[in-house]
Amino acid sequence: MRRIINYVPRPGVRLILASLPFILALAVYLLASNARLAVEPADKLMPSLATFWATMVRMATTLDVATKQYLLWWDTWLSLWRLFLGLGISALLGLVLGIVVGFIPYLRSTFEPFFAAFSLIPPLAVLPILFILFGLGEVSKIVLIVFGIAPFIIRDVMLRVSAIPTEQIIKAQTLGASTWQMITGVVLPQVMPRLLDSVRLSLGAAWLFVIAAEAITAEGGLGYRIFLVRRYLAMDVILPYVIWITLLAFLMDYALRRLAAAAYPWDRIKAA
Amino acid sequence: MTTIVFDNVWKEYDDRVVLERVNLALDDHEFLVIIGPSGVGKTTLLRMLLSQEQPTRGKILIDGEPIAAEPTADRGVVFQRYSVFPHRTVLGNVMMGPQWAGAPILGRFFGARRRALEERAMALLARVGLAEHAQKYPAQLSGGMQQRLALAQALIMKPKVLLLDEPFGALDPGTRKSMHELVGELWEENRMTIVMVTHDLPEAFLLGTRVVAVDRPRKDPQAPERFGATIVSDFEAKCRTVRESRLFEAERERMRLTLVSGHSLPQDALPVPALVKD
Repeated sequence: MRRIINYVPRPGVRLILASLPFILALAVYLLASNARLAVEPADKLMPSLATFWATMVRMATTLDVATKQYLLWWDTWLSLWRLFLGLGISALLGLVLGIVVGFIPYLRSTFEPFFAAFSLIPPLAVLPILFILFGLGEVSKIVLIVFGIAPFIIRDVMLRVSAIPTEQIIKAQTLGASTWQMITGVVLPQVMPRLLDSVRLSLGAAWLFVIAAEAITAEGGLGYRIFLVRRYLAMDVILPYVIWITLLAFLMDYALRRLAAAAYPWDRIKAA
Repeated sequence: MTTIVFDNVWKEYDDRVVLERVNLALDDHEFLVIIGPSGVGKTTLLRMLLSQEQPTRGKILIDGEPIAAEPTADRGVVFQRYSVFPHRTVLGNVMMGPQWAGAPILGRFFGARRRALEERAMALLARVGLAEHAQKYPAQLSGGMQQRLALAQALIMKPKVLLLDEPFGALDPGTRKSMHELVGELWEENRMTIVMVTHDLPEAFLLGTRVVAVDRPRKDPQAPERFGATIVSDFEAKCRTVRESRLFEAERERMRLTLVSGHSLPQDALPVPALVKD
């Protein structure tokens, strides 16, 4: 009898094991749903798969009367647009500020404690301020995402900059590099893979802020729809929407991972 | 011609004296090796020569001029580790210095300039035995190959002084031996000054033309931080003598042949350096 940590599943077994929890969760839902529907066919809390499918087809293919849009795609577009803009601005801010502040000692001494304090402000607590300052439109939603994510990315990039060995920076100087050349030729390329990683890590938080902002005020969006139909206990919309958001988040994470691997092959080699 | 002078250099951190009264004058084309126990300040000495740290007192002169207050291209360096850039290929690493010097904004050459530089870099890589690895990343190279790369990367800038901070410390004995040969040959070929820090005595006397030992001559048991280390011994290493006697032998043979063949001494003959040295 070996220790339990020394039993390692084979690749085929690993695949089965990995799919097991998903299948299990689905089975439990279907059993519970069937049991409820048997008692009350008009049950709204746990609709059947057929109901989900019918609802989603309706959301995706019929024109909504009020907004003149196909709701699923319209919501997806609005949410993704907010998410990408917020993430993009945050990543850009993180990259520029993180590198400049992390690399130049005077700026580092000036701004590092400020960023540390700033990143501790709970973004949702300042949401009312953002609504007052920027109104109830798109700007305040984007600013909320940036407010929530940028400090994290800035600090992460700064950490990565300071983790570059001093030897490399000294060596670059003995090769005649200026500060600008060191930033573009040594620091930036080595920070980029880490930036993609920290964007990946902040995807969850970004979705949280998108949905939170939409829940409060919006004219469309995945989070808006979920909170809107909550009033009618429309689980046949909410659950597929949650799965749809999860799928979108997973695809973005996957795309970023593939992008990092394709654009920075040396990073993968180093990790191996 | 490159000469280095340490003029009464001190290094103190707060109350702690690390180095005191360091005086040293180094001729052109010397291979200086600094030896001493761990933590005594060998590397601090090298760092001051590199301007990574500033001396608290005294000054360091290269060719009679005080050295710049920051690392510059006249002093190349190879550290024990992390001297190469992990995000560039082997060839890219060697090409970095000249591209930085020639392209201030982009840091990158294009077209004919790039091809010319690539040729130069490949020649240098062939010299250090890395030509077939030109397209690999440093992480795919062994420790010895990474150090060869670091040497090539520094040499392409043609520095006056090459500083080596325990460059072979992390290598296995076989690799170390071949690196010794390579560094010895590069030193002869490039006619530059090398300053190396090591704690390996055989290595020091194998490579160095001059070996200085750094240690604390004075010790106060109650306040060990009051006295710093300085140069306690200074050897004219064997290697220099061998080099000059080889030169002398060659010169004498030439003279003998001239005399035997009945001609008078050539008028433009240079005086034999080894004969006139002292």
